[in-house]
Amino acid sequence: MNHPVIDKIDQEQMRFDHPAFRPGDTVKVHIRIIEGNKERIQIFQGVVIKRKRGAMDASYTVRKISHGVGVEKTFALHNPRIEKVEHVSSGRVRRSRLYYLRERRGKAARIRERGIN
Amino acid sequence: MPKTMGILGKKLGMTRIYNELGVVIPVTVIQAGPCTVLQVKTADKEGYNAIQVGFDPKRPNRVTKPEAGHCKAAGADGFYHIREFHVDNPGDYQVGQQLSLDDVVKIGDLVDVQGKSKGRGFQGVVKRYGFKGGRDTHGSMFHRAPGSIGCSAWPSRVIKGKRLPGRMGNETVLKKSLKVVDVRPEDHVVLLKGSVPGAKNGLLKIFSR
Repeated sequence: MNHPVIDKIDQEQMRFDHPAFRPGDTVKVHIRIIEGNKERIQIFQGVVIKRKRGAMDASYTVRKISHGVGVEKTFALHNPRIEKVEHVSSGRVRRSRLYYLRERRGKAARIRERGIN
Repeated sequence: MPKTMGILGKKLGMTRIYNELGVVIPVTVIQAGPCTVLQVKTADKEGYNAIQVGFDPKRPNRVTKPEAGHCKAAGADGFYHIREFHVDNPGDYQVGQQLSLDDVVKIGDLVDVQGKSKGRGFQGVVKRYGFKGGRDTHGSMFHRAPGSIGCSAWPSRVIKGKRLPGRMGNETVLKKSLKVVDVRPEDHVVLLKGSVPGAKNGLLKIFSR
């Protein structure tokens, strides 16, 4: 259990502006990137394969296939460098950690949409 | 002990904060001060220059009479922790003076922190001194034992200081050059980059450099 002062420090930094999303959902993560002295936004779109709970330690991992290669990025939930997270679609999955997607390619790696039978 | 001014504190725990570039800094949150000056020691009278400070006030019914008498001049009841800081200029301090965090540290400063490390109990040489040990499998009959501890007929004894199993931890550790990431005088809290010795709620001495 954390000391109340630590909770206060954490609360000040935590972001509550992200939409709700869970493993299996497809999201667009808008990342602010500094190149030289210019700042631009890079979008990383993929399937959320993992959400780690916690206060300041919370994170999520997004997986996508880029040029035929699987790429995973783990973002800290409260990272101020994330401009925003866009919720694209909800997926129906039966577990919280979708590591099985790593062994699947193409059609086998599809995830059914949530709310559609 | 560094001969600099400092303040007493209590380790509250660790968390992480983001700097302006969005980079995570691991920080230790320390409640530091307020401390009350209980006694000013001078080279003329006590033989060295120091100030004695109290931290973490006790309820009056917890205080013994000698403690109460000692703290009376400072207008306080008693303290859980009373420590000394060696200073060059004891004349700058008065008994009863309140020392707060921002008297000692500013954001960006480097400080040294002294605390008592967590006790590990009786430990072997692999954990205590980082000996390699032997391999666990393939018929190895040497695992975590210290191995040879010296020669035979001469000198017929084990040399002093030989690293052997024993009590580990629970000793005073001074960690140097910790960066002050943030100071929050309203909570009496200072945030230092990295870890500090000891368990949560452990007493710490924070020295300015």
